[in-house]
Amino acid sequence: MTPPLLEVVGLQKYFPASTGSLFRRKAGWVRAVEAMDFTVGEGETLGLIGESGCGKTTTAKLILLQERPTAGTIHFAGTDISALRGAQLMEYRRQVQVVFQDPFSSLSPRMRVKDIVAEPLEIHTDQPRAEREERVAHVLHLVGLQRDVMELFPHEFSGGQRQRVAIARALVTDTRLIVLDEPVSALDVSIRAQIMITLEQLQQELGVSYLFIGHDLATVAHISHRIAVMYLGQLVEMADSLEMCTHPLHPYTQALFIAALPAHPDVPYERLALTGEIPSALAPPPGCRFHTRCPRAMPRCAEEVPARKEVAPGHMVACHLY
Amino acid sequence: MNEMRMPEMLLQVRDLQTHFTSFGGSRVVKAVDGISFDLRAGETLGLVGESGCGKTTTCLSIVGLLPAGARIAGGSIRFAGEELTTKTQAEMRHIRGRAIAMILQDPMASLNPLFSIFTQVSEPAYYHQKIRGRPLRERVKELLHSVRIPSGAQRMREYPHQMSGGMRQRIVGAIALSGGPKLIIADEPTTNLDVTIQAQYLDLLKDLQEATGVAIIFVTHNLGIVARMCDAMAVMYAGRIVEHGPVRDLFNAPKHPYTRALLGSITKLGSKEPIYAIPGQPPNLARLPPGCAFQPRCAAALPICAMQAPGIARHGPEWTARCWHTESVTKEIHDAAIA
Repeated sequence: MTPPLLEVVGLQKYFPASTGSLFRRKAGWVRAVEAMDFTVGEGETLGLIGESGCGKTTTAKLILLQERPTAGTIHFAGTDISALRGAQLMEYRRQVQVVFQDPFSSLSPRMRVKDIVAEPLEIHTDQPRAEREERVAHVLHLVGLQRDVMELFPHEFSGGQRQRVAIARALVTDTRLIVLDEPVSALDVSIRAQIMITLEQLQQELGVSYLFIGHDLATVAHISHRIAVMYLGQLVEMADSLEMCTHPLHPYTQALFIAALPAHPDVPYERLALTGEIPSALAPPPGCRFHTRCPRAMPRCAEEVPARKEVAPGHMVACHLY
Repeated sequence: MNEMRMPEMLLQVRDLQTHFTSFGGSRVVKAVDGISFDLRAGETLGLVGESGCGKTTTCLSIVGLLPAGARIAGGSIRFAGEELTTKTQAEMRHIRGRAIAMILQDPMASLNPLFSIFTQVSEPAYYHQKIRGRPLRERVKELLHSVRIPSGAQRMREYPHQMSGGMRQRIVGAIALSGGPKLIIADEPTTNLDVTIQAQYLDLLKDLQEATGVAIIFVTHNLGIVARMCDAMAVMYAGRIVEHGPVRDLFNAPKHPYTRALLGSITKLGSKEPIYAIPGQPPNLARLPPGCAFQPRCAAALPICAMQAPGIARHGPEWTARCWHTESVTKEIHDAAIA
């Protein structure tokens, strides 16, 4: 069996935290990510969902090698990426790209679109100029932009078009995995749908894999094959997208579904039983990290960390209820 | 029919036009181009549209906080029997914060980092209701309690940076309620909040509305919020209301192609059905196409749509749309226009 494109095992990242006083003493560790295990297959989309501060962006940064993990491993196409050096590392960076949330700050205002999209090619290939330009035009066409936008600057575009440029830049080097960090959150509704459709089409045509990070359940569920739910640095549930929508098991996942806004006024209105806010990752609650807000918490939850169990094929949940 | 009297109109906006002028008046952008709507006491209206459609300008026109270069060029805004468009800034100061309150998108930008929570929450009650001393402290405690800030007596001595995002937005809510308003204008109040915090905040607003009978205008591009919170909705496009009516009717049988397209672009939870994307970009108000502004993106555009803007057609007692397809006189006017 071929290994999955991306395999994350026991991933952990602690950031040192210091007191705010003049003599900065170490105050402990921010436990941003702990015991993350997941895979992303070839041509697959894994949705990573959770609220701010749950560690989704840290996970993305670890995969992009912008941060080094405290523990755990990340394998890409069978090789451990922490061991990559030199040419191999460049090869990894060529194959894994990222699209950020805000298309207004992720594109340089001083560069023309053709230079923005061609930059990864300049770094990773030694194609002659004419060939590069051909490639850029081709990729722009794939994301639904005309060749004549190549000479323009980012300020001449709307948010949706800028996000298309960012996607084109991520695709240009025959990318195999794109980390999409909230790529549609900053866009208007009608434009959001356009970008989602473009992403889905690109995946069908090119077989590229996505790690889609988001906080809007409906959007993530629509685009993803599988969904992983994070809470305070930990994975609480992972399942096939449709399975997750029909049988969410973890009380936190259930709360996310209740909190999701209805698509129609006749959808019965359910009050969210969840109270309070996400605790600090500096001193996460003992036992199950969700027990302080959980409507179904038992005494055991405050003491014992729930193990991750496979309750149905491919459906993992970390909760004492199951 | 039952004999219950309809509550009286709290806000009546008629043919409101707000224009931005630049280059010494040589260029005029009609950000709000003739909109009308009504709001009764205790009612919730969703003002829906994409960025640049004029929804925020509409709200700023109501509270009299238009930026430099913008002015109300026509129409009227009647609030609780008074005309607001002719009021001076000094008179408006007595209405803002007391009768009409606003909740803005970014709670960090609407709270002053240098003043304590007590100072900021008490301000409207201090100026408008002239409450002082111990009763003022009691009032602030009560307000913080009503927006579910735990241990309010202690929290009111703290500063905005000590609060989380959800708490800050609830404090902005407490400030809005402080003057005892009849109308709250909430401009994208939950955009920066996490989903569970958003759900808590929306539940809170609903409870506060039931308790105080305040009317709310929700400015949003999120149709899910409208579905959950609003009685009526007005869909804006390029400075005009293209469809306006009861939320349920509009969701069940939208008349305007833009409303239909917006509803089609919502991702339904747990469904893999393809979503509908409206082609093209929202229009530039400085260069609007002739005729109906939505016509270049409309899947059902007729030849007449590019020539003449449609009028308002009525579909129910409180349901109107602006589209040639819904005009009862389409045929004759259409033929005349083509000829």
